[in-house]
Amino acid sequence: MGIIATFILVILLTVALIPFVTVQWKGMITLTAAIIVTVLSSIIAVKALSGEDVEYLFNGSLVTGKIPVRVDALSGLFILIINFTFLTGAFYGLQYMKAYRTQKANLSLHCISFILVQSSLIGICSLQNSIAFLVAWEIMALSSFILIIFEHNKRATLDAGINFLIQSHICIMILTLGFIWVALKTNSYDFHAIAAFSKSNSLLTGVALFLCFFAAFAIKAGFVPFHTWLPYAHPAAPSHVSGIMSGVIIKIGIYGILRMLLLIKTDYLVIGYIILFISLLSGIYGVMLAIVQHNLKRLLAYHSIENIGIIGIGIGLGCIGIGKGNSLLTTLGFAGALLHVFNHSLFKSLLFYGAGNVYQSTHTMDIEKLGGLGKLMPQTSFLFLIASLAICGFPPFNGFVSEFLIYNGMFSSLQSSDKALLSWIVCGLFGLSLIGGLAMLCFTKAFGTVFLGTARHHLHHAPKEAGLGKLVPMYVVVLLIVAIGLFPQFFIQAISRPVALFTQNASRIFSNGKLPITDTLSMIGICAAGFLLLTGLIYFIRKRMTINKPREVSTTWGCGYVGSTEKMQYTASSFIRAYRKLAEPLLSIRKKKKEIKGIFPEKGGQETHPYDKAEEWVIDYPLQLLKKVFNRFTFLQNGNLQFYILYGIVFISLALAIPFAFGYIKSLIEFLNKL
Amino acid sequence: MISFILIILASLIFSGIIIRTKSIASGRKGPGIFQPLKDIIRLFKKGSVYSKTTSFIFQIAPSIYFASIIMAIMVIPLGEYKGIVSFEGDFVFFAYILGVGKFFSIISALDTGSSFEGMGASREALFSMFAEPAFFILMGSFALLTGHTSFQEIFASLHFGSYISYILGVLATVVLVMITMVENSRMPFDDPKTHLELTMVHEVMILDNSGFDLGLILHGTNLKFAMYGALIANLFMGSFPLYITIPLFFGMQMLFAIAVGLLESFTARFRMNHNAQYILTLSSVSLLIFLGVLLILGQFS
Repeated sequence: MGIIATFILVILLTVALIPFVTVQWKGMITLTAAIIVTVLSSIIAVKALSGEDVEYLFNGSLVTGKIPVRVDALSGLFILIINFTFLTGAFYGLQYMKAYRTQKANLSLHCISFILVQSSLIGICSLQNSIAFLVAWEIMALSSFILIIFEHNKRATLDAGINFLIQSHICIMILTLGFIWVALKTNSYDFHAIAAFSKSNSLLTGVALFLCFFAAFAIKAGFVPFHTWLPYAHPAAPSHVSGIMSGVIIKIGIYGILRMLLLIKTDYLVIGYIILFISLLSGIYGVMLAIVQHNLKRLLAYHSIENIGIIGIGIGLGCIGIGKGNSLLTTLGFAGALLHVFNHSLFKSLLFYGAGNVYQSTHTMDIEKLGGLGKLMPQTSFLFLIASLAICGFPPFNGFVSEFLIYNGMFSSLQSSDKALLSWIVCGLFGLSLIGGLAMLCFTKAFGTVFLGTARHHLHHAPKEAGLGKLVPMYVVVLLIVAIGLFPQFFIQAISRPVALFTQNASRIFSNGKLPITDTLSMIGICAAGFLLLTGLIYFIRKRMTINKPREVSTTWGCGYVGSTEKMQYTASSFIRAYRKLAEPLLSIRKKKKEIKGIFPEKGGQETHPYDKAEEWVIDYPLQLLKKVFNRFTFLQNGNLQFYILYGIVFISLALAIPFAFGYIKSLIEFLNKL
Repeated sequence: MISFILIILASLIFSGIIIRTKSIASGRKGPGIFQPLKDIIRLFKKGSVYSKTTSFIFQIAPSIYFASIIMAIMVIPLGEYKGIVSFEGDFVFFAYILGVGKFFSIISALDTGSSFEGMGASREALFSMFAEPAFFILMGSFALLTGHTSFQEIFASLHFGSYISYILGVLATVVLVMITMVENSRMPFDDPKTHLELTMVHEVMILDNSGFDLGLILHGTNLKFAMYGALIANLFMGSFPLYITIPLFFGMQMLFAIAVGLLESFTARFRMNHNAQYILTLSSVSLLIFLGVLLILGQFS
């Protein structure tokens, strides 16, 4: 109880203090507050993860009823993940925002929102009363909106922000509908009511209720086709905010889905198939679009959709496991999903921080204009490389471990499957391996063009390596990425309790307190370490062998051409041209082409503008129809003040007249009945 | 351990046999089968020239590429004898560790800032991406057929009993041979002997490598050949004793090398812009294997 009171007090104090201090102190106070909030909530979270569930009951008000704060292992895990990313984000952001020191009021808002987002996310993980949950959710949505529109003098940023605001409110609306449905039937806002409601009703009702919540949380998480806000919001926000958003804010959607899976008792098999389908779609579609992007941060944003897809594949497999009573599949599916939530929060925030370094030294995010940064920013490029390898799921880094768990779940459940499940698993294998291949194409493009080769565009200032303040938090993240890759068995042990929540006969699987996969995972750790050693050994031998050999530096081979080759370099677009040609029917790419023709040719050129086909269908087309309908009524908005007053009078008189007329007609009917 | 040593031994003469087959097929005298190995040893002793555009990536990439292949070989068993490491789902590790090598060879090509090498890198990334699903579905079919999820257990319990299973063996061999050709950038997907940079895939990516690094990359290709040869040999090895498996292993490697030589002598390269589709059809062959496994297991009855 004391911890929660301190928690709230610290937040209130920070919010009250920030506007009144100097710019230098704003950042420091935010950082301190973030640390205190982290420490306080982590105490509870660690307790919950080690098996002591925490529960407090607040009295609440007449409207809400009692407000329970329950932190179980699942909440604990998410709180820890949120805290870690926010901490690195705060440290990184402190340096990143130094460039904007002149915008005092804007910075105050930014700092306040930062703390509010962190605390509301922790609140969402622990509050188990629908109304309180929605309030926390709303605070989160609004304050992340303010975080996004930091550079609100740019039109694109504001558009992205408003897009985010609208879609997150659609999400809240659907959530509210779901909660109202339960509250109507059970007369309680406690989350336990959801469990009771789904237990006492038919399976179909449960599925419908789950799908309602799923749609809402899917908007937050960015599952296709609910993802359209995400590729706008991430590039628009400052980089540390993008890192946090992609790392943890969208994961709160995953938390919501997992929480509802725990609460709603229903036909898990159907739900599993639905989640698996949507996740495969998200995974493949996300990375397919990521490849064709020209903006580095937008590319990373689409990759978040892909990774949410991978997490979803794990969840879907886990649900199918519950439905089939296959506890091995359940364990591997949920373990893979939960570990990937953590892993993605690490490497994606690292990638965004790296993109932030690039942005602040070059002032552009256009991949086509960048190049050769590796020599000017060696540390950033090294960190970005590690994150790229990790996100592609390559050993010896963390991404491999979670993808391996999901693969292993699929392979080991093949034997005990029927035809329907078998065909789904084959689709899953196909999808996951294709996602891996596409991710490699995408990140060789991103890393190769931005950091390697020579500069493709003349920059006004020579790019410089980022300061130590920005690099240190990034190194901390890398440390964890490597640690998970080398010692996966410890981390899988840490998430075994949240996973156990999903397996009904947990005691059988965790016979000696271990997940069945632990031994295999420690083998992976050993192999990963072996690979690193082997690489080191070969490099060492190479060094020894070539130490006395002549070593020349010359130009790159250009078929005998020895002039400058900057303009001859392969660009990002040409690197993926073969892929674009193949994928074009599935994507929507707008092209502008100016051919070189005639005897005295003018300058030619080609531009491609990748657009989102799902956005065309889900957002643009319905909006167009809606506009068409509403355009019929434009005659009402004629700009004439007298008319507007008339509308007011008509409205008021209707508002008065209708009840009166209703009463009159009612009495008339009664009178007629009497006759 | 035994498989590791055998694969290393086989890799020493593998491309020699290919070149010898090709020279005989085209009526030339040709070099001896140890010539490629001698070339590599000569490269190891040489100094090197680096492009001034390159960075540290270019320096470490060949070592990582080579290490990834060695690591992948460690996973491969010989019949019922385990590889150096063996665990559930080791073929996932196998595929992904090879991916690491490929990632580095692609970015080291981009590091030179050359248009040709970018072109090759682009093709390599695209082609290997499409080959991946075929491998996973193939392994999935075997996992379903045998009920095991590691290379060694799968190969040890793989028995060809009925007619259908022989067909499966043949189909699996076709898929593995084609994957080998894609991974090593050989005919019919890429012509290593082409003299024009614009039509190369793998060769153009290593234009700027020289000396020790080039030696590593070239021997990496030999190792990859022997590694996939060992996989194919494993399909037919079952659980025989060693004095049968070792000659069988070398016999299969020989046969594989000669087949590659013949394939390269008598086929033309596919059209470059349709390569990706050709490779994707490998997945459908894998699916066919999967359906065959379902037939054997009686899922359709």
